[in-house]
Amino acid sequence: MDLDYGPQYDAFRAEIRAFIDAHRHLAPPSAIRFSRPSAEAIRWQKLLIEHGYTARTIPAEYGGYGAAPDILKLRIIAEEFSRARLPSGLANQGISMLVPTLLELGTDEQKRRWIAATLTGEVVWCQGYSEPGAGSDLANLKTSARIENGEFVINGQKIWTSTAKQADMIFCLVRTELEASKHSGISYLIFSMDIPGIEVRPLKTMTGHAEFNETFFTNVRVPVDQIVGQRGQGWFVANATLGHERGMLGDPDALENRLQALIGLMQQESIGEGRAIDNAVLRDRLVALQAEVTAMKCNGMRILSNSLKGEPGGMAKLIVKLQSCEVAHQISALAIDAMGEMGILYHRSPRERDGGAWQWNYMFQLGLIIGGGTAQIQKNIIAERGLEMPREPKLARISDEAKGAAGMQTDRQGAA
Amino acid sequence: MDFGLSQDQQILRDAVARCLADTSPLEHVRECAGRDNPLSDTIFGALHDLAVPAMLVPEEHGGLGMTLLDAAVVAEQLAYAVTPAPFLASVVLAPIALSEAGTNKQKCQWLPKIARGEARIGVAISATVQARDGAGVQFAEGKLSGTALFCLDFEGADAYLVADAGGRLHLVPALASGLKATRLTTIDRTRSVGELSFAAVETDPLADDGGTASARLRDAGRVILAADSLGAGQAMIEKAVDYAGQREQFGRPIGSFQAVKHMCAEMAARHEPCRALVWYAAHVFDALPEDASLAACHAKSLTGDVHRFVARTATEVHGGMGFTDLLGLHYWFKRIGFDRQVLGGPEAVRAEAAALQGWTRAA
Repeated sequence: MDLDYGPQYDAFRAEIRAFIDAHRHLAPPSAIRFSRPSAEAIRWQKLLIEHGYTARTIPAEYGGYGAAPDILKLRIIAEEFSRARLPSGLANQGISMLVPTLLELGTDEQKRRWIAATLTGEVVWCQGYSEPGAGSDLANLKTSARIENGEFVINGQKIWTSTAKQADMIFCLVRTELEASKHSGISYLIFSMDIPGIEVRPLKTMTGHAEFNETFFTNVRVPVDQIVGQRGQGWFVANATLGHERGMLGDPDALENRLQALIGLMQQESIGEGRAIDNAVLRDRLVALQAEVTAMKCNGMRILSNSLKGEPGGMAKLIVKLQSCEVAHQISALAIDAMGEMGILYHRSPRERDGGAWQWNYMFQLGLIIGGGTAQIQKNIIAERGLEMPREPKLARISDEAKGAAGMQTDRQGAA
Repeated sequence: MDFGLSQDQQILRDAVARCLADTSPLEHVRECAGRDNPLSDTIFGALHDLAVPAMLVPEEHGGLGMTLLDAAVVAEQLAYAVTPAPFLASVVLAPIALSEAGTNKQKCQWLPKIARGEARIGVAISATVQARDGAGVQFAEGKLSGTALFCLDFEGADAYLVADAGGRLHLVPALASGLKATRLTTIDRTRSVGELSFAAVETDPLADDGGTASARLRDAGRVILAADSLGAGQAMIEKAVDYAGQREQFGRPIGSFQAVKHMCAEMAARHEPCRALVWYAAHVFDALPEDASLAACHAKSLTGDVHRFVARTATEVHGGMGFTDLLGLHYWFKRIGFDRQVLGGPEAVRAEAAALQGWTRAA
């Protein structure tokens, strides 16, 4: 066990601190979620890329900084920007999911055309994966693309397309091979959101805001070369990026920041003569959450060390999405309880705290527990991959057995 | 930067695990658990062959001068095999207390014997956490009076280390005149605890350090109990997963039902971060003493809560069999119950953690 990063890394950390001190005044205010990056945010992003604090390992020829991979340096960058409460670069789906996919599987032309513009925030992407009938069972997607005169002609509907209103482009899973099996008939297309036949309808959620959209495609025509990977390989192309999304939702610095905000809130909120933190029950819950956050930070360091040694993340990694989302949700729940009646103020009410952010978070984080692989799917993954428990028998087999046992009473436990 | 066990620690872990697989099978645990004194001399002898008693004794006193993280690695394995052997007090706490606050004479008299496995010291510091039933020991005119509850590694101890009301530690021979020792019986029959009553007992006090050493013992004790809880929890999860893979109902292994699978996944998801937290708390005890108390509180309280959940859930996965004595699953269940309560349950420990951070306003 050695918690020291070593002199080379201490120097790197000092370098970042000096950068932050010198450039702090240029940082944009924390971005409104799902909005297009402002001119200020784009300038900040370019400055960060130039210094290698974001897009660090992406090759310079595609608009990145081009450094050799060094997980510890990435970790130090994240720690320092989090500590300074400054945005450490854009974190949208184009950057976190499309760029790694193109780097791995895109053609050289696709890389040159899209990566740099995506990194700087000048091209904004949305993700067209889920459909009303294809959520946890994503491979069940029905949006189709038939080929006609050298073009894909797309028809169907996507859901949960955040930033679709603002996006220039979409990376989208469509069914191109109608006869092929479920997983091998899918292709990964990239196309402009300005093509005729695309309609975006805001999807209002329980938060009262429309953080997501439904996107409809009617005879949308896309040139056949706007495909990533081969026809029918889209499922495997997409799976490379789903891993990136899950990683994104389990950031221990984000948990620490939420916890610090909660501690601040509980020291400010008054209950009669005292403060919320003076209430023994609320304080007990706070310390319990602090222990959970500390454990997740330690778990994060363990994963980091494993990857430094080239070892797989194992169970420590498999549980991150489930646990992080759960702890984050409990932090928001405690904040609301610590505010008492004030905790229900929302919709820009007089006396509302922090712009209603705690209630918004409490509701939105429930969305995060469900999205990006539901908690139930995460538990299946933990059980089947981590604990090597037996898989659920395929439905077809169950129905065959049920036929065999016709007339007998059957007790079945269904799948999610 | 390396957050994890060193190669030496992995070798130690595997050696202890192999040793206990041989010497602490469930039949032997059952046999020990049925006795008044459950602590097994065979197992302690085998651990002595691995130099476990010498681990925390400084090298100048014939020990190995190892760290609390090394001890935590061993504790996890002891619990994994529900080992009825002395450890927490005699191998961990007593050497720490003597090294950090013992007089030169005390060190020379006891540490080499501890290292050689020839002396065992019980430790009674429970009243420095929470005094129940009016427990407490007063030190006046060179003598101790009062009662100390929950003395750890009680049976077969040659001497006891006792904290007085001011937190100062005292060494008292087991046969001291005026000392009455009474066995307490807990749910966990793999551990030995007792009660010590003092009627003007002559004492050999350790340094008058304002309670520093007894606070260090609390931290170390909590970390080791957390590591024990981790090992017992790990064993219960593995047993539940194995059982669910073998037991068939409705024509298939019950582990293929999502209801059962998700119970196991929830245990694993809550258990796994505890491992990193216990390592961290054990590491900072030696490496970053200013963080040690808070980390120990976090590790103790989180493992207490998580493994209570694991203990009941793993038992439920075993269905009716889990509830019987046949599988012996209850030994791990009870070990976890013991680890949770001793040296402060989660609520008491979290209250301390809050106070450490200045979150508790002086009344």
